[in-house]
Amino acid sequence: MRPVRVPEPLLQEIRAHARDTYPDECCGFLIAEPDPALPDRPRQIVAIQRAANEFEGERRRRFVIRPEELRLAERAVESAGHVIGGFYHSHPDHPARPSTFDEEHAWPWYTYVVLSVTATEVPAIGAFELDGDAGVFREVTLRAGTPAESEVTASLSAPETR
Amino acid sequence: MSKTTVKIPTPLRSYAGGSAEARVDAPTVGEAVARVAETYPELRRHLFAADGRLRSFVSVYLNDEDVRGLDRESTPVKDGDIVSIVPAIAGGSPAEAGRPTPFTPLPVVPPAAPDTFGRDDLRRYSRHLLLPEVGVAGQKKLRQAKVLLVGAGGLGAPTALYLAAAGVGELGLVDFDEIELSNLQRQVLYTTADVGRPKLDAAKDRLEALNPGVRVIPVPGRLTSENALDVLGRYDVIVDGTDNFPTRYLVNDACVLLGKPAVYGSIYRFEGQASVFDAKRGPCYRCLYPEPPPPDLVPSCAEGGVLGVLPGLIGIVQATETIKILLGVGEPLIGRLLLYDALAMQFRELKLRKNPTCVLCSPNATQKGLIDYPAFCGVAPSADGGAAGLPSITPEQLRDELRSSDPPMLLDVREPNEWEIVHLPNAHLIPRAQLPDRLNEITSARRVVVYCRTGGRSSQATQLLLDLGFANVRNLTGGITAYAQKVDPSLPTY
Repeated sequence: MRPVRVPEPLLQEIRAHARDTYPDECCGFLIAEPDPALPDRPRQIVAIQRAANEFEGERRRRFVIRPEELRLAERAVESAGHVIGGFYHSHPDHPARPSTFDEEHAWPWYTYVVLSVTATEVPAIGAFELDGDAGVFREVTLRAGTPAESEVTASLSAPETR
Repeated sequence: MSKTTVKIPTPLRSYAGGSAEARVDAPTVGEAVARVAETYPELRRHLFAADGRLRSFVSVYLNDEDVRGLDRESTPVKDGDIVSIVPAIAGGSPAEAGRPTPFTPLPVVPPAAPDTFGRDDLRRYSRHLLLPEVGVAGQKKLRQAKVLLVGAGGLGAPTALYLAAAGVGELGLVDFDEIELSNLQRQVLYTTADVGRPKLDAAKDRLEALNPGVRVIPVPGRLTSENALDVLGRYDVIVDGTDNFPTRYLVNDACVLLGKPAVYGSIYRFEGQASVFDAKRGPCYRCLYPEPPPPDLVPSCAEGGVLGVLPGLIGIVQATETIKILLGVGEPLIGRLLLYDALAMQFRELKLRKNPTCVLCSPNATQKGLIDYPAFCGVAPSADGGAAGLPSITPEQLRDELRSSDPPMLLDVREPNEWEIVHLPNAHLIPRAQLPDRLNEITSARRVVVYCRTGGRSSQATQLLLDLGFANVRNLTGGITAYAQKVDPSLPTY
């Protein structure tokens, strides 16, 4: 499986979003370079966009992105020549592993980035994708940067590496 | 039969041979999607649950409208229509043990407003943009905001006008009334020509004329325990402009359960109250009033009257608080109850504390859902409430006082035919209408307890006596009916 690449400044933005919304879950779009080999999953994330967590209830435990927001984001992103490659969301005070609930609501093809966040730090971040046939999540290697850069994982160093 | 284009969402295209869309012949939206699933069987399990219905987190749009706002899957399609399948994205961390969090169906959402300001917008909102506390960023927050006004009457009218003028993006209005001539003394949203029109129709016209950039969403009918969470759930702030207790408790409870702020206002005669109840940051309405007053105790504005400008002032306080919450500026009226007395022209402020035993918003809350509010308040849904409190006495307290060495004078304000049916021993009968002419029969030095059948007329009489300077007057809660039920079952009730 090819690793998902997210440039370090974007990882920082994602972490900042998780800290901003703590103790509630944050969520957002991963905007990707379209893969010429569609329908393969795009692996290079080029931008992120914060989304509103519209879950009507305990947002510390759940997030929902409204379909209308996804539609609008999709239009904007695609008109700029990119695609929505997936989503990120935080697990306040919980591990950076997909929950059963995540799995039940996951879609194939998209990449899901999950962060663990506490009141003071973002201790872990991971990437997952749904194995559409098996209906379960599989972990994907998450690398900082772009293919042009060396595949260092230093930028994911402690305490923010998993 | 018609040719309809069904757009396949990106994540599912690999199950449709990489196609972004399919063209099908089908009479309805549901059948159009089903045809596509027939063509690409692998799509089926991603779109439909085992019972054959669309999965709860699959949204379907006909052109630009969510079909849940139309006729759902039965919505007919015509030639050239575009049906889009849109995944709802949801997830979350593992629920805490014993605290399951059910998935809530997504609300129907109209398209969001554009994210830029045109020249006219810049001119329209220039006085806001000049304020560093608002600016372009704040004005955008207002445009993205959704505010629900419960009640389009005395309080809702000024609130709606100012929120629309301020550029709040979406205003939902809940009301079921038609405009009456007697409304115009205070409900400044409406004109004489509007009399007889449904309030929501007239309000929508007026607010959109004021600011075409505002989406006005009429929610006709009553808010009920069945629909409140759905209706309130899609709004950022709820403004409570209700005139009755069942709806007020319903709004409060739904806001607490949804974690939304409720901007409260109430008016009676010359006095008004306002506060912001946000259980995440302070008390809720139930912390202040755990239970409603007895149904007949407090006359509504229809009975007690109200100074026309009073709701204007309180409604504008509510609009101000709403805008502050949306902008995130200033000190919200959370944990504070603003009291306004128009006759004295005095503003006072009471500190409100979160009730550590509040059934709804305390850590030990026992109420986890909505209840039957008309029953809770002891009234039919149409009964009006109000905001003033009268000195009162319960049947049990009255029994004890009557047994004491200094019993109060009992004043019965019912009609003689009712007196014939039943009355309390040693009571004095002065029918409510004769009271102003027979005040000399009441000894002002004595304590007086006023009663009627269930507490309505006696509350008016109590108010009248207090207004006339009788200091020691109390209303028997629930009237002789409650006394018979709780103290002396030998008394007949009628």
